[in-house]
Amino acid sequence: MLEVKNVAKSFNLKNLDKGKFSVIRDACFNVNSGECVALIGNSGCGKSTLMRMIYGNYVCAEGEIYIDKENILDLKAIEMSILRKQKMGYVSQFLRVLPRVSTIDLVMEPLLDQFESRARAKDIAETLLSRLNLSSQLWHLSPLTFSGGEQQRVNIAIGFSKDYKLLLLDEPTASLDRENKKIVMDMISEKKEKGSAILGIFHDKEVRDKVCDREIDVSNFSAS
Amino acid sequence: MEQILKAKAINKKFGDVYACNNLSIELYTGEVVGIVGESGSGKSTLLNCLSGSLVPDGGNITYLDRDNNWLDLLSLPEPRKRNLLRTEWAFVHQNPRDGLRMAVSAGGNIGERLMAIGYRNYSQIRAEATEWIEKVEIDAIRLDDKPSIFSGGMQQRLQIAKNLITKPRLIFMDEPTGGLDVSVQARLLDLIRSLVRELGLSVIIVTHDLAVARFMANRLIVMKNGKIVETGLTDQVLDDPQHSYTQLLVSSILKV
Repeated sequence: MLEVKNVAKSFNLKNLDKGKFSVIRDACFNVNSGECVALIGNSGCGKSTLMRMIYGNYVCAEGEIYIDKENILDLKAIEMSILRKQKMGYVSQFLRVLPRVSTIDLVMEPLLDQFESRARAKDIAETLLSRLNLSSQLWHLSPLTFSGGEQQRVNIAIGFSKDYKLLLLDEPTASLDRENKKIVMDMISEKKEKGSAILGIFHDKEVRDKVCDREIDVSNFSAS
Repeated sequence: MEQILKAKAINKKFGDVYACNNLSIELYTGEVVGIVGESGSGKSTLLNCLSGSLVPDGGNITYLDRDNNWLDLLSLPEPRKRNLLRTEWAFVHQNPRDGLRMAVSAGGNIGERLMAIGYRNYSQIRAEATEWIEKVEIDAIRLDDKPSIFSGGMQQRLQIAKNLITKPRLIFMDEPTGGLDVSVQARLLDLIRSLVRELGLSVIIVTHDLAVARFMANRLIVMKNGKIVETGLTDQVLDDPQHSYTQLLVSSILKV
């Protein structure tokens, strides 16, 4: 489902002297449908950078990234945003949403984007939020005032609302308690069974042992 | 995925200064494109050229109308152009006074657009106008007041209601949330976003507020001195800017 070939990344801060940094070179790996692969390596080795390049959030200047056999580096911006909506979910570490939009509406949004009916979208969103132990009192509030763990669960609900072919998870369990962590691990396993390809960054070894089939050490692609 | 607006090699000079220097831009159905850049970079001039309120010195602009005909906008007869602006298009001005008739009641301002697309039943017009004025968070009892006694923020909200009520296909927005309270701003941006989704609207939005651009636009165009210096997916341009000017712009944002 995902194939990364000879990908390299450097940042060039043009307003600074010596602002050029090489982060990754020659990254090659793939993730198949129904498989969960963990990116590992020390903090700063480029795990999130690699993931953001796959999502199209960071520019990839060198190499090829195939999602469902399509090289995303060849896509126009509009094509990439359609590919994201249809095929790719991304749970980031941070919640970045429009203020004053309710939690339930945020979770329904990806479903409505794919022309699900409002009733069905609401049903799916409510089921997910209940499962993630977010009290129904919170559903009609904006998540911007929620605790870290609650915000993370809102992000997970948004990313898991659809059966994406490819799911990118950047530390989805970092600020969760044991009980909720277990729920998220179950949810990841279910997505695998349904055939999603999952690429994740998990600092928690227990999570990796439980849900991941393979590990890829990103420090092997380090440019320094 | 279908194009709705195509502009090629747009040039516009004021004196010796290029406000638009050989700009080309395409817009797809359902796409929201943000144009950002410092004041004087030419973003409003570009918007005015695209929407027909300014005639460019050179270039070519075509629009795919409701009946699937590509119209050459620069040679389109004036009445047809005015008709487009009343029916298939909307223009939300930076200054609400440019988009409202100040001596006509709020309800009248909104109703006028509905009448232009064929509404004739008074109570239906009034009911829709009431619904929309509440959508933009103005109390319905103000429907019969003139916008001249509204605050600037209320005028802007009224202008947005007036423009969106007829569900146009293509919307041009020039700093639509410039003078608004942040609380109202978020609500309005969400309203515009849901309409874009439900109705498949295409939007070109000029703003200098990068946060507005992030939440509204799928794609971003960064302008400087009349030229496009960078374009791409909105979050890519903001999170991994490539051009030195965009890098400066993004790194200069104040965080609350």
